[in-house]
Amino acid sequence: MGPPGADGRFGEFGGRFVPESLVPACQELERAFSDAWADPEYRAKLDAILRDYGGRPTPVTECFRLSERLGVRVLLKREDLVHAGSHKLNNVVGQALLTQRMGKRRMVAETGAGQHGVAAATAAALLGLECTVYMGELDTERQELNVFRMELLGAQVRPVRSGSRTLKDAVNEALRDWVATVGHTHYCLGSVMGPHPFPYMVRELQRVVGDEARAQCRVLLDGRDPDVVVACVGGGSNAAGTFAGFVETAARLVGVEAAGGAAATNGIPGVLHGMRSLLLQDEAGQILEAESISAGLDYPGIGPEHASLGASGRAAYESATDDEVLAAFQLMAETEGILPALEPAHAIAWVVREAGRSVPEGSSVLVTLSGRGDKDVAQVRDLLATGRPPR
Amino acid sequence: MTVAAGPPALEPWLRARRAGGSKLLVPYLMGAMTEDWVEALQAVAAAGADAVEVGIPFSDPMMDGPVIQEASVRALDRGATPHQVIDDVAASGVQVPVAVMTYYNIVFRAGHRRMAQSLSAAGIGAAIVPDLPLEELGPWAEAADAASVATVLLVAPSTPAARVERICARARGFVYAVARMGVTGERESLGSETAEVVGRIRAATDAPVCVGVGVSTPSQARAACEIADGVVVGSALVRRLLEGGGPEAAGEFVGRLREALDEG
Ligand SMILES: Cc1ncc(COP(=O)(O)O)c(C=O)c1O
Repeated sequence: MGPPGADGRFGEFGGRFVPESLVPACQELERAFSDAWADPEYRAKLDAILRDYGGRPTPVTECFRLSERLGVRVLLKREDLVHAGSHKLNNVVGQALLTQRMGKRRMVAETGAGQHGVAAATAAALLGLECTVYMGELDTERQELNVFRMELLGAQVRPVRSGSRTLKDAVNEALRDWVATVGHTHYCLGSVMGPHPFPYMVRELQRVVGDEARAQCRVLLDGRDPDVVVACVGGGSNAAGTFAGFVETAARLVGVEAAGGAAATNGIPGVLHGMRSLLLQDEAGQILEAESISAGLDYPGIGPEHASLGASGRAAYESATDDEVLAAFQLMAETEGILPALEPAHAIAWVVREAGRSVPEGSSVLVTLSGRGDKDVAQVRDLLATGRPPR
Repeated sequence: MTVAAGPPALEPWLRARRAGGSKLLVPYLMGAMTEDWVEALQAVAAAGADAVEVGIPFSDPMMDGPVIQEASVRALDRGATPHQVIDDVAASGVQVPVAVMTYYNIVFRAGHRRMAQSLSAAGIGAAIVPDLPLEELGPWAEAADAASVATVLLVAPSTPAARVERICARARGFVYAVARMGVTGERESLGSETAEVVGRIRAATDAPVCVGVGVSTPSQARAACEIADGVVVGSALVRRLLEGGGPEAAGEFVGRLREALDEG
């Protein structure tokens, strides 16, 4: 997975569809990231923070009991063990350092489940930046504790009451903030989406997940690569980072979306939030609302590079239902002693469903466990108590 | 040769108005936002608008503040479609040029050629697509040119001079000077950056220049017209319609803007 074309395209997807006011800021960011990424000093600083503060490298854990149960060899890339609880830290530390490098003093971020917001607030606290997080009102209710967590970390959380009151509306609001504050503010986008250079930059900042995992798998699998590599897809950052490490191997790459927000499967090409990609939309081009128990996957689109990987056939995109996800969450807890976040529980749910079917017995499967499930415990309790998971 | 009916083409019309000593008044309202929005459109035209901007509602209007967002929601809740807004404009009989303003996904979904042709067939001679910057403009601009639909482009306070030149070279109808960094909405004052933006545009083109985003009152409109050729007034008008003022309040407000500009 290399850089996109000069116009920010991955195949026909991507680009930079932003109001004129933001074009210079996107250009500035493109230059700044390209400089920084080639600068050994920036890279060393980033690596040191991710190591000494973030806890990298994260291990790959072999799931012995689950493997026995499923008849396939399941390995987990443990992003749940990164400081602040998810892979999101990899991205925000990179962007917070970039914010400083551009001479800006404030970050705005959108968040769904709250994990990116928590990560952004964490990185802002670490580096002494101001931070404002936009979060759909519905999500602030579903993820109350994460709101408080962000506030403890010194961030200002602004509930978003427009539209579906979820992730897509939080992105709109963060963009509106950014237009007005771009002189001193960086938009710290949480996934591989948005206008160029965000999809490329965020993937590069997340590729540490895939690069580490590939080397770790080779040790565990006697020099071989896994047969299947699976990750959940909201915008697609943990999946993009994971795939970046394996795209050159023979591994089958699978992204798993929430059935209620399966833009890769049910989406139609369109333009939203600065990018051309696959979007859930109606005949007139109005964007539809995604619906899932996992706030972090409630997004009606996917990152443009995923749309392109899907179109070329290099990766496949599938989905898991809320029921399958809850069952996988419990299975992981009971057989491995790990509470996954509801987002990566989608990836696990897919493996549970496909083991012995499209994933033949005896295959090796790497799953990126993108975050820990502590944030979801109260919600899971309520869902299990009511029997079925309406939102 | 037959002469096409309907309003005149936007740019020659605005140039002629300017040559005649007039300041240009371009009110904005959201298509289908109220039951009687067509009457509001007619009232606005009759009250002295030189052109009218009509919004086609989009679910995710990221350049817009709360007032125009609310108008979009109301229009969509009423079941508005791009097709219907365009048909309503065609049926309105309004004789000043109309420019639609919408987001790119609406255009992309319809198809560039199909959208350009349906605008043209409805007598709509211009379009503003704020999330379509110069670099991404190609396919739409080609289709719009072919259908004689003028694509109005925006210049922002953050746009560097060299880029202003390229934008102005590609702009049709008029050049939209964004008064401030930010989204649409009423403001206490005209942005401090406005004069500089207009100056940079003037250095690049002799096309009409209209200031928009935040222009809210007759006195602000007059102040903007001391440096620019005209103004776009959106949220202040849309708010009156959201509050239930109807065509009458819309016409009254536009009439006051007209007077302020004519007193100049
Ligand atoms: C733990 C976890 N995994 C995955 C995601 C989805 O994001 P992405 O697809 O960018 O990895 C989120 C988003 O909030 C998350 O919190």
